[in-house]
Amino acid sequence: MSIALRKRHPMGEAPLDREAYSPANTSVAASTPRLAVDNVTLEYRTRQHVVKATQQVSFNVQEGDRFVLLGPSGCGKSTLLKAIAGFLTPAEGSIRLDGHTIHGPGPDRIVVFQEFDQLPPWKTVKQNVMFPLLASRTLGRKAAEQRALETLEKVGLGRFANAYPHTLSGGMKQRVAIARALAMRPRVLLMDEPFAALDALTRRKMQEELLALWQQEGFTLLFVTHSIEEAQIIGNRVLLLSPHPGRVRAELGCADDSLHSLGSEATKARTQTIHRLLFENEVAP
Amino acid sequence: MSVHDLRGPVDPRVDRFFDLPPVDVRELKVARSGGQRLWDQSVVRKTVILVLLVVAWEVVARVQNNPLMLPSAMETASALWHGLASGVLLARVSASLSVLLKGFALGALLALALTTLAVSTRIGRDLLTTLTSMFSPLPAIALLPLALLWFGLGEASLIFVLVHSVLWAMAINIHAGFQGVSETLRMAGRNYGLKGLRYVAFILIPAALPALLAGLKIGWAFAWRTLIAAELVFGASSGKGGLGWYIFQNRNELYTDNVFAGLVVVIVIGLLVENTVFDSVERLTVKRWGMVR
Repeated sequence: MSIALRKRHPMGEAPLDREAYSPANTSVAASTPRLAVDNVTLEYRTRQHVVKATQQVSFNVQEGDRFVLLGPSGCGKSTLLKAIAGFLTPAEGSIRLDGHTIHGPGPDRIVVFQEFDQLPPWKTVKQNVMFPLLASRTLGRKAAEQRALETLEKVGLGRFANAYPHTLSGGMKQRVAIARALAMRPRVLLMDEPFAALDALTRRKMQEELLALWQQEGFTLLFVTHSIEEAQIIGNRVLLLSPHPGRVRAELGCADDSLHSLGSEATKARTQTIHRLLFENEVAP
Repeated sequence: MSVHDLRGPVDPRVDRFFDLPPVDVRELKVARSGGQRLWDQSVVRKTVILVLLVVAWEVVARVQNNPLMLPSAMETASALWHGLASGVLLARVSASLSVLLKGFALGALLALALTTLAVSTRIGRDLLTTLTSMFSPLPAIALLPLALLWFGLGEASLIFVLVHSVLWAMAINIHAGFQGVSETLRMAGRNYGLKGLRYVAFILIPAALPALLAGLKIGWAFAWRTLIAAELVFGASSGKGGLGWYIFQNRNELYTDNVFAGLVVVIVIGLLVENTVFDSVERLTVKRWGMVR
């Protein structure tokens, strides 16, 4: 039966994937951004108040971008990511994915959360990676299993396919979460401070691995962090948000900054610029 | 007033480096003694507890020396043996168990349905909390006269009170379990497009399984209590009774050793279910998943 299927679709799923991944395919990207956030105001309700988290935030993420949302805590960057994921509805403005306004959560925008408990403990590593593929009915069981194993191999966890999450270290759990997200080949990969709960050495290693994965796959990434250094390492563009309410302070290109240029003058200068933009309004102690 | 210099004064200590020789791997892992490993088995520890309890019972009974009030463990064992050999006790047990399982299963399913409704809609949650606070404190036995009136003498009445005793306790537990599911896990499930019943089945139920199992255990215990109590009252007027009726009948005829044998059967079934059924389910699920220790 698999042979018959292959004959009918000689290319398999390859064309779709290439379209989703290739950063070189910019002809479409120039006209319609992969992700368009347009004048988005987000509010959340407490018992007595309606609190404004972000105010009229606008930015575009192009295909193949490593786009970083950077800001101090309370700038609404995580809230913004949740809205893009579809867990919150904007009070004002619109969020469009490939030109279509988003309605609710969906498997075309997979989130990697900061918390380690994002992996259902009742599923093995392999089943965890297969879970969204099956839940969203993207692939059948056989194909999902194969893709899960391939993706786990890419993040270096092939040997742990049958382990349960509670037997893994924090870094390995995050790698499973990343593999699970990549296996879905989402239109945009959303990461909400994915390495914040890791120790410094593991975090550095994970940053390197994420960049290596991006070099292989060229996915579109939206990354939330509160670390200037991490933003410069991970991102090719950084959006700076001011706190209370979150407003766009600046959007910078930082593709030149990398793990290897941390000591360079240009990178240091950009760190200074970002620092000044984020904190200039604070009264010096 | 001094300002601390981050570099500090000249430090006389020199940098040190060590070459690490290879370690004998055998020294890193030493086997524990057989006795320690045996005591690690909960079966061994539980057996010791049971044996101690039986010995204590035997001693107290021998000191009392009044078989009519407190038959000894040996006398109870012999009564149990006779009851089992004659087939009477087995018939009673199977009659009780069949009613028990029906009531328990129905109650558990209703509890699951009610809590599913409660996590899906606000009005469902209000319904659940109102109903549980109304009916949970109501003793099942108090409903028995009403059940007899509605359903007549027979299994239906027993099942009705069983469902009542199981449903509310389990619903409270399952609901608490559902509410305790982490927000991240919920969002992860919704992220993959899970909604409604699939969301409950693939995310909430497995994530709340520790609470669900606790609910099942409590429901099981409540079901036994209610059933035995109901049979004590109601089995007397029915042709074929269960264990409760067996206990009641033998008390009337002052066969205290048989009464004890009946009670022992209830206890043994409880121990068996706890240590085989629930234990295996836990070992295969929540313990394996690292959700409980």
